[in-house]
Amino acid sequence: MASFVHRIEVHFTKDPRLKTRTDRVRSLGFPVDELHLADVYTIVTTARGFTRDELVQVAQQLVNPVVQEYTVDEATLPLFDYAIEVGFLPGVTDNVGTTARQTIEDFLAMKFGEGDAVYSSQLYFVRGQMPRPALEKLAATLANPLVNRVYIRTRQEYGQKGMDRVVPAVELHELSTAEPVDLEISDTELVKLGKEGILDPQTGQRRGPLALDLAQLHTIRDHFRTLGRNPTDVELESLAQTWSEHCKHTIFASAMDDDVPRGLYKTFIQAATNEIREAAGEKDICVSVFSDNSGAIVFDDEFIVTHKVETHNSPSALDPFGGALTGIVGVNRDTIGFGLGAKPCINIYGFCVGDPETGPSLFRGKNKTNPVLSPRQILDGVVRGVGVGGNCSGIPTPQGFCWFDNRYAGKPLVFAGTVGVMPREQGGRKLHEKTAHTGDLIVMVGGRVGKDGIHGATFSSEALDSKSPVTAVQIGDPITQKKFSDVIVKEARDLGLYRSITDNGAGGLSCSVAEMAKECNGCHVHLDRVPLKYHGMAPWEVWISESQERMTLAVPPENLRAFMDLMACRDVEATVIGEFTDSGRCVVECGGKTVMEIGLDFLHDGLPKKHLTTSFERKANPEPNVPCPDRLDATLVAMMKQKNICSTEFVTVQYDHTVQGGHVLGPVQGKGRVQSVATLTKVVLNSKKAVGLSQALFPSYSEIDPYRMAGAVIDTAIRGLVAMGVPLDRIAILDNFCWCSSDDPERLGQLKLAAKGCYDFAKAFSTPFISGKDSMFNDFSGFDADNNPVKVSVPPTLLISSIGVHPDAAKAVSLDAKIAGDLVYIVGQTRVELGGSEYFAHLGSPGNTVPVLDAGAAKERYARLASAIAHELVASAFPVSHGGLGVALAKVAIAGRLGMDLTLPVPDSMRPDYFLFSESLSRFVVTVAPDHKRAFEQAMGADAVLVGRTGGSRLRISGRVLLLDVGVDELAKAYKAPFGGY
Amino acid sequence: MAAAKRNIRRPAVAPKAPAARKMIPEKALIMSGYGINSEMETQEVLARAGMASDIVHINDLIAGERQLSDYRLLVFPGGFSYGDDTGAGNAYANRVRNNLWDELQEFLDGDNLVLGICNGFQILANLGLVPAFDRSYAREIALMPNRGGRLECRFVTLKPEHESHWTKGIERIWCPVSHGEGNFSCSAETLKKIKQKKMVAFTYCREDMSPANGEYPYNPNGALEDIAGITSADKKVLGMMPHPERAMEFYNLYDWPLVKEQARREGRPVPKESPNMQIFKNIVEYFS
Repeated sequence: MASFVHRIEVHFTKDPRLKTRTDRVRSLGFPVDELHLADVYTIVTTARGFTRDELVQVAQQLVNPVVQEYTVDEATLPLFDYAIEVGFLPGVTDNVGTTARQTIEDFLAMKFGEGDAVYSSQLYFVRGQMPRPALEKLAATLANPLVNRVYIRTRQEYGQKGMDRVVPAVELHELSTAEPVDLEISDTELVKLGKEGILDPQTGQRRGPLALDLAQLHTIRDHFRTLGRNPTDVELESLAQTWSEHCKHTIFASAMDDDVPRGLYKTFIQAATNEIREAAGEKDICVSVFSDNSGAIVFDDEFIVTHKVETHNSPSALDPFGGALTGIVGVNRDTIGFGLGAKPCINIYGFCVGDPETGPSLFRGKNKTNPVLSPRQILDGVVRGVGVGGNCSGIPTPQGFCWFDNRYAGKPLVFAGTVGVMPREQGGRKLHEKTAHTGDLIVMVGGRVGKDGIHGATFSSEALDSKSPVTAVQIGDPITQKKFSDVIVKEARDLGLYRSITDNGAGGLSCSVAEMAKECNGCHVHLDRVPLKYHGMAPWEVWISESQERMTLAVPPENLRAFMDLMACRDVEATVIGEFTDSGRCVVECGGKTVMEIGLDFLHDGLPKKHLTTSFERKANPEPNVPCPDRLDATLVAMMKQKNICSTEFVTVQYDHTVQGGHVLGPVQGKGRVQSVATLTKVVLNSKKAVGLSQALFPSYSEIDPYRMAGAVIDTAIRGLVAMGVPLDRIAILDNFCWCSSDDPERLGQLKLAAKGCYDFAKAFSTPFISGKDSMFNDFSGFDADNNPVKVSVPPTLLISSIGVHPDAAKAVSLDAKIAGDLVYIVGQTRVELGGSEYFAHLGSPGNTVPVLDAGAAKERYARLASAIAHELVASAFPVSHGGLGVALAKVAIAGRLGMDLTLPVPDSMRPDYFLFSESLSRFVVTVAPDHKRAFEQAMGADAVLVGRTGGSRLRISGRVLLLDVGVDELAKAYKAPFGGY
Repeated sequence: MAAAKRNIRRPAVAPKAPAARKMIPEKALIMSGYGINSEMETQEVLARAGMASDIVHINDLIAGERQLSDYRLLVFPGGFSYGDDTGAGNAYANRVRNNLWDELQEFLDGDNLVLGICNGFQILANLGLVPAFDRSYAREIALMPNRGGRLECRFVTLKPEHESHWTKGIERIWCPVSHGEGNFSCSAETLKKIKQKKMVAFTYCREDMSPANGEYPYNPNGALEDIAGITSADKKVLGMMPHPERAMEFYNLYDWPLVKEQARREGRPVPKESPNMQIFKNIVEYFS
């Protein structure tokens, strides 16, 4: 099809990354002498070619001549033994290619036409002898077969001609029409339809999971019987999207046993918030809860702040980079799509992955086919994905965590959250409210639609196996999103050009348009007006595609011209694809034919109710049988090296956490650079207030006691903020349940207990839930290396994220010990509570006694500490969590590069090692200037116990006898060792 | 591009004007668009120093909606224009060169200043606005990918090298870097000329102000001779990788909690403003 194909290759004359790149590959075990790299641009045009002169000029636009060289239609010829070219598969987002195309268009004052494109690829030159299998393995670490195409050549094969000019254009069949789907089939056939999808009449293959169960398919069949017809494929796919677990949260919505008839969400989550808000009366901090894309609380008289945390687990398992990238830019859109559009101002992240030093052998297919990516590859990919998303979008990413457990090896969890800020009112409108009106135009803004991400919503509701569709993978384009984000939240919103907005996430247009249609009771969409990346997509694909970087808006006709002009001059594509109506129906037209016509009430509320039953039985775990060592020096050093305790600063420093100018307390603190559990950021630069964020999870407690686990998680997420000085009554929380096998009554029993814990403890602290999300099937089903079927389920994981408004950033407290001679206090009670603790993990037995939360005592303690901080009596404060007091004290000392000499009040009845590493909740390590001793002790009451002073360069801890005496340097070294080379 | 009536950019979070903000009459133009992302804090820091500014989308300049000649300071702020694709700052520089070159030349001929921070410096380097030994504006320096091969976000200490209207009265800058491509590079000959003409504005150094000598993390990216920022030969243009505007307040500084405690114990007042403000005050002073 393409008539002219040219290839420009660019390389550094002296590549500054050569050593790092080579070292990284060598550290993975490849005997590479040097790994060079060239960037390749393949330029494809149909209408006209380019002269050599033009190509040289184009190349000069794509390089920096000071440090780079290029070749035009000739091979790059360095010294090498093998060449590996990695490009994208057809249809995969290619941001570099797009930028190159725009540059060429701008430079030559021309426009690329239909089918014209620039494709980017990377050409690696390997120096060093390697057998073919090792070479292929190396290629597999440089590329992901789901998104990349790879070509390998030896020096000899490469010759003087180099690599082939490959054009990865998408070539599809002619546009297929909507087909009716026969539901008058046997139940067995219906089940198959639900699990594997509609049988495509052209290809004879199933289209991928609808994730509809038999009861749901019966309901749909019965509904269409009353209409006297079968549904079209567009209608069935659309219902599958809207009714998916991902969108409707059916497990949280269903009645459970006899005692939770209204379902977990209404009974435990929503009820907690409603009751807390009612009790707070005028002091209620909530502005918008659960109903919009994010939740929102009051910041000050002028502004509100929003928060939302999402997961992107299944896509990240397949393509860690693309999955995590789309995860973070996707949740950014939950901010842009909140109310009339909030400005994204802080990103947060969380990664639960397998131990990167291990390589579990897991395969999706039999006979060692379709292997699962290694934990290291997954970690590297997700870290990079969230980084690229946040960095390119100009949103600081200060807060986050990595959590390691091999039960995440089959399916990692990737949490991504975004805080937004918006004025409360603008031009007489409350900006958190929105309503599409009948007659408003449906406008799609941002990227074009391709086959990417099809069945993403239904697929994340299923366990991962060999049938997981490759089209579920997508790569984000943060700059396209940045362009519309800027013009929407910084211009169009304040000009009042639109009445409603939401993002295109799971389910694409089918969900965003149908959701907005509820505001005015109807919509009419013309699918053939939707701009496509390439021709040949079927109507159902256009309707449910999850191509990224798109928003849907309701624009009143009188504003359309101004709106479209504004988008055009910001280089943002916007298209009218239909209008909002009051017909009560969602009508979709394509090629002059109606391909969907479903009543909104059936679409949104036709889902059959389920009644779930649960069971729960407490299991007795072995208690560790290891005597207490006489000295704990080596134990503490070993604890500092535990992966869930040590520093993962390599992540922090590759995330821009200072953009937007609001950095107050960052992700690493103190001279000794210790990672914080909470951060503080100014989101309104001229306000003295700041936004505090923290997160907590205790997956190691879940299997032992899910109820107490919920208490630990809520307490710890809140406590991180209190330690900086955020008062309890300014804090709201968000829940993310990532469960497994949620069709198993036992798992549901754990879920119910955890949800009940959420209600009890959120109520006890009066911290409302403002937003939440669940992901219920985080299981991997496949085979081990010997073909035995394996199921790997994540431990039930509850992430609580907290957001709070600090009244005065200038009085905030960091975690590092500050000055020699300061007093060291332990605040809160230490009990023998080591079930699921890091110490018991170190000893090799989980134990049984998960820490109990005494929320009443904690609440009073937090009020006292917040008051002491407000009176500037505290020099440093750090919450005690994973690893207990020993670890917390060590971190405070490392951060301050300051020793401590302490005598701990270890009761006679308690083992000193248990005292040091128990994970009892609601505790802090606090340092105080000697001058403030009396005032601080008065403020805290009996809750604060003075245990010694800072000073010197060693951490010296005694109980009844000397327990340990370790150099702070040595502790710091241990703390930073495990990920030092990452 | 549609030539219809344009709507002028308005920041969502407009800087609240503190009571006594005195502004000089000269105004700054802050470029935006295509992934530039530090325009709002740059506007805020200039306002605090006493200079008002407009944030202008590059397409509004190209369309003639705004005139560069109405301004005295042109700022290319930080960001990730075009996602750093085809080299950081390169694509945005191409857009400027291909569409705004004449206006820019005229601006440079006048008694005006140009500031580029981070992505802005990368754009200036690709445009040849620094070092600009002569008016040919050839590309003579490069900001290559960091030696570590990825973005690096951390506080760095900077030492002013040669005094100019940009660096006057500055002893030390302590502010974040946050870039993937800040590894300053040029030929030996160019370096010699840059030094001869006293164009090195800032170098990375250790906390005790001794040279970083290329050592990570003090020199965060591998920059040649620890160079963090340079001026043009005529000193009208300053480009620097680190972000002084991101640490405009005392409470933005990495170590403020410790410095605050030390000050309180010694009975000294706790500062409110960061020393990094001096760069922006110097700009205001230049025009005053």
